[in-house]
Amino acid sequence: MSNRIYMDNHATTPMDQRVLDAMLPYFTEKYGNSGSRNHAFGWEAEAGVDQARERIAKLINAKPKEIIFTSGATESDNIALKSVVEFYREKGNHIITATTEHKAILDVCKSLERKGLAEVTYLPVDKQGLIDLDQLRAAITDKTILISIMHANNEIGVIQPIHEIGKIAKEKGVLFHSDATQGVGKVPVDVEAMGIDLMSFSGHKMYGPKGIGGLYVRARNPRVRLSPMIEGGGQERGMRSGTLNVPGIVGLGRACELAGEEMQEESARLLRLRERLRKALMDDLGDTYLNGHPTERLPGNLNISFEFVEGESLLMGLKDIAVSSGSACTSATLEPSYVLKALGVGDELAHTSIRFGLGRFNTEEEVDRVAERVVSEVTRLREMSPLYEMAKEGIDLKSYNWARD
Amino acid sequence: MAYSDKVIDHYENPRNVGSFDKEEQDVGTGIVGAPECGDVMKLQLKITDAGVIEDARFKTFGCGSAIASSSYVTELVKGRKVEEAYAIKNTQIVEDLNLPPVKIHCSVLAEDAIKAAVSDWRKRKGLDDEDQDKKVG
Ligand SMILES: Cc1ncc(COP(=O)(O)O)c(C=O)c1O
Repeated sequence: MSNRIYMDNHATTPMDQRVLDAMLPYFTEKYGNSGSRNHAFGWEAEAGVDQARERIAKLINAKPKEIIFTSGATESDNIALKSVVEFYREKGNHIITATTEHKAILDVCKSLERKGLAEVTYLPVDKQGLIDLDQLRAAITDKTILISIMHANNEIGVIQPIHEIGKIAKEKGVLFHSDATQGVGKVPVDVEAMGIDLMSFSGHKMYGPKGIGGLYVRARNPRVRLSPMIEGGGQERGMRSGTLNVPGIVGLGRACELAGEEMQEESARLLRLRERLRKALMDDLGDTYLNGHPTERLPGNLNISFEFVEGESLLMGLKDIAVSSGSACTSATLEPSYVLKALGVGDELAHTSIRFGLGRFNTEEEVDRVAERVVSEVTRLREMSPLYEMAKEGIDLKSYNWARD
Repeated sequence: MAYSDKVIDHYENPRNVGSFDKEEQDVGTGIVGAPECGDVMKLQLKITDAGVIEDARFKTFGCGSAIASSSYVTELVKGRKVEEAYAIKNTQIVEDLNLPPVKIHCSVLAEDAIKAAVSDWRKRKGLDDEDQDKKVG
């Protein structure tokens, strides 16, 4: 078991021991309800929550009261979209988003459309995964109430031009939400400098606990108003009721604090490891393709198509190594990655893609072991691949008359 | 998803990987699937004049279950008469390899590969394919 290597840090991250240490007292000693105003148990819990709010706010350059705690980024995305649509419905009903967003955005948009509550424009992306700012500008109408464009993509790590999007949103007086689940804690995110009005993030993507996340909601210039989706005890200024998950919040706060302290060094380290892995894989093996922008991406993300080798079969060969694939066989829908499709990557190459997600606990030794294993498995599977054989014989796989069922 | 031991065994130690010269008279080649669907199987059968499958080779682009299904099929058909091989149903592959429902298409592809290889051999021999279906059906 100890030989296993975890390199799937976009799916989730292991929790940092220091985060756990910060959380533990809040389970069995400081277990008060942070809403109990009339005794010390409540005050202790509240102090923990307040400190966490400050730590989170500091990381993203927000004010503590602009942070709303949720169960994770999925909930934050749901609240951001649905609440804005409901609150601003007299102003308009048009949302602009992009085709490469996480399902927590896309599926909410689809359901809003289905219910007739919103009209949605899905901006395409270019071959490297970036939206076109002119297309964004052109898509804005007097009915547009919200632009929702993610910060870093969860499959290809590509980081959108958030500053520019924020500027355009300001210019046009449209609210700007960003799903920054993958970016917060990894690279600098500054809601003021970036002109972000609403932002989703999640604890388990930054070495914090699962089941806790947050939504940044701008309080001034402009003040963002939301209609509550979860009603009850009026916690979180009425925007999200429910007894606060105090240990989770404390963990998220500590995770943000650590990320802020170590970001500069850690992102440089990850970039170095990522490039080491990329070179080892792409220099040793021919017929490999990097998916997504080469530099506008998270330092820990690498997404490569290994032509002629189906992704799931490669994962199977990498037994003790946890990475993921854009292959259809690993998805519930049996469709290959819609993100890669949006970049114009053909299905035949999408099926061969592997996502490596490097994180805080990966070492150089692990990177070297992964590179060696991947090179040897790809080589083995290519020897077994009829496509590789045909390509070597000079057959054009694109124009070949496949017997499709 | 966990794989069955048999699938793992065939994936790790695939039987009869390789190619025959597809121009040989006694070789039937079946290539089924398509790269954009994520599976392509090439199955080749070497068949005697008496219609017995002497040997088989495969190459597969696809998930572990697709590789295992094709490897397994090469073992299954060896020594059999073409008619018998042609009659192999995908359900047998599903059962023998313990394939989960999402992987049934791998077994279908393997069945198709056998049929395509046999048909190719028959065509080369100048035999009519329709007779084949009648005999089996
Ligand atoms: C970009 C993005 N948004 C949203 C989510 C959902 O986050 P959570 O698991 O916290 O609900 C994820 C995680 O998969 C993500 O990567």
